[in-house]
Amino acid sequence: MFVLASIRIALRALRVNKLRSALTMLGIVIGVGAVIAMVAIGSGASQRISEQISSIGSNLLIVLPGSATSGGMRMGHGSTMTLTEEDARAIATEVPGVVTASGSMRGVAQIVFGNQNWSTAIQGTMPDYLEIRDWELDSGRFFTQEDADGATKVAVLGQTVKESLFGDGDAIGQIIRIKKVPFTVIGILTRKGQSTWGQDQDDTVVIPLSTAKKRVLGVSQANARFVGVIQVKVASPDLLQDVQQQATDLLRQRHRLQPFQDNDFDVRNLAETFAVQAESSRTMTLLLGAIASVSLLVGGIGIMNIMLVSVTERTREIGLRMAVGARSRDILGQFLVEAVTLALVGGILGILLGVGGSALIAMLAKWSTLITPTSIAVAFGSSAFIGIFFGYFPARKAAYLDPIEALRYE
Amino acid sequence: MALIEVEGLGKTYQTGEVAVEALRGVDVSIAAGEFVAIMGPSGSGKSTFMHILGCLDKPSIGRYRLDGHDVGAMNRDQLAHTRNKQLGFVFQTFNLLPRTSALENVELPLLYNGGSRHERHARARQRLHQVGLQGRELHHPNQLSGGQQQRVAIARALINDPPVLLADEPTGNLDSRTSVEIMAIFQRLNREQGITVILVTHESDVAAYASRVIHFRDGRIVKDERVASPRDAVAEMAALV
Repeated sequence: MFVLASIRIALRALRVNKLRSALTMLGIVIGVGAVIAMVAIGSGASQRISEQISSIGSNLLIVLPGSATSGGMRMGHGSTMTLTEEDARAIATEVPGVVTASGSMRGVAQIVFGNQNWSTAIQGTMPDYLEIRDWELDSGRFFTQEDADGATKVAVLGQTVKESLFGDGDAIGQIIRIKKVPFTVIGILTRKGQSTWGQDQDDTVVIPLSTAKKRVLGVSQANARFVGVIQVKVASPDLLQDVQQQATDLLRQRHRLQPFQDNDFDVRNLAETFAVQAESSRTMTLLLGAIASVSLLVGGIGIMNIMLVSVTERTREIGLRMAVGARSRDILGQFLVEAVTLALVGGILGILLGVGGSALIAMLAKWSTLITPTSIAVAFGSSAFIGIFFGYFPARKAAYLDPIEALRYE
Repeated sequence: MALIEVEGLGKTYQTGEVAVEALRGVDVSIAAGEFVAIMGPSGSGKSTFMHILGCLDKPSIGRYRLDGHDVGAMNRDQLAHTRNKQLGFVFQTFNLLPRTSALENVELPLLYNGGSRHERHARARQRLHQVGLQGRELHHPNQLSGGQQQRVAIARALINDPPVLLADEPTGNLDSRTSVEIMAIFQRLNREQGITVILVTHESDVAAYASRVIHFRDGRIVKDERVASPRDAVAEMAALV
């Protein structure tokens, strides 16, 4: 029998008992809606975690100086200065897939404005710092290459520092003292909030690296080219591992390390740190989806139930169809198409419900939700599967009725 | 060779402990173009015989050849195909699909042997015309009288041009005037198109339209008579007008 004709017959049969068809579909509607909404909540949580990762700077590799070994004693990371500004430049220019790389140094210093003072992290960096950290300016400007070359005494303040020293007042153009050295405030950063490990990222002052070395952090002339850390921004997350490997090779070569020597630096992929967190949120998504699937199963049983009722009610019709030449597979097909139609229409309505429901949850509970095309495709596919799976038994029952018994059925 | 050949046909139903013998050795042969009435009291086996002739049931014993093919050797699908192509059924209760137009009821058998939607419509329309129901194509069964419903059923039975038309008490639910109308259709199909008509009835005045009457009793044929001058429904209709 033609598929099209089967679908027409199925739709007509379903229209006859509108309320019954609607109630049967409701099971699937709720099931699919629940799966879509639950998965949306789970995916939303995963997305938040990746947003947090990118608040540190997305696609970021960090190169830390390595350990010094003294008389067989290894001193741990940062115990020696092994990275230079040239290393940073080499990574930026020689490793494919690197957007930019620059060195920076960090220290803690007391800063003073008028009668206010505050102890904060001083970050000596290069002009591309904002791009690396995916950070933006709230007001003013960031320092330029000229500032970096000339080691000018200019500072960009984080929100926490700005509020501690200036309150609601205007900070741009004011002179603050960092370790008694006067700096002009040229810009204020936007609020970035806490990092995933609870550190206030806004409690910082950013100044040019050259100025930091000369004026604030007191680096000796001999160590003038060294940097505390190199931050590497990579073009896309897929390239992180490649770049990590190539940067390692490049630095080993630049540092003239023999094959038997350990690295005197460490290239870290921050994304790895969060992989565990992302994994647990994926598990939660699966769990929520699995719980919601139970209601989908119940919906499927509802379809089976109503199809069995329908087969019994239409026994005479089945007998007649057999008498005029319907084969078992024609009858089987007719009832399967009917069950699948119920399930698919229910599935489509369920997708709409799920999308609407998760939008509502996002609005009312302020949770982030995310609907992916995959979850919609899976929901649609599973409703089709449920129609076939739960429709098969009733359809088979119809297909193997005895024609005479069926014709005589009252 | 006869169109229908039945030899030693027996049918036994097992209902619990008791075996009921519905047919006990029936031998009959019906040639193409005959108009046969099968009569008998209820429980005589005439319905069982009809079901076996209609390929809806299989005999327990004996042989049934339809147009040279051994029906006993056919599987479920082959039986369905035979019912679709070789046989047309007309029932006492019409058995039309409710909430379905006359046209779609008539084209129902065509759903199971292909053809485009357009072809199906055209053929169904032509058959409805043949039984005098032009203009009622889109009526649903509940909008038609009993006689009209039975005519839709006859049109449905004819849709695949089967050589044999099987009618089980086709006038049982109709008044006498409408019965004559239905018998006139059967007689015309029999005479003009050579369709073999086999009808089961317990009314002797309906059987009187047939050219051969077979009587059943206790699962056996007790009388098989040729009617020299059957009633002519077409002439009776003309006289009534």
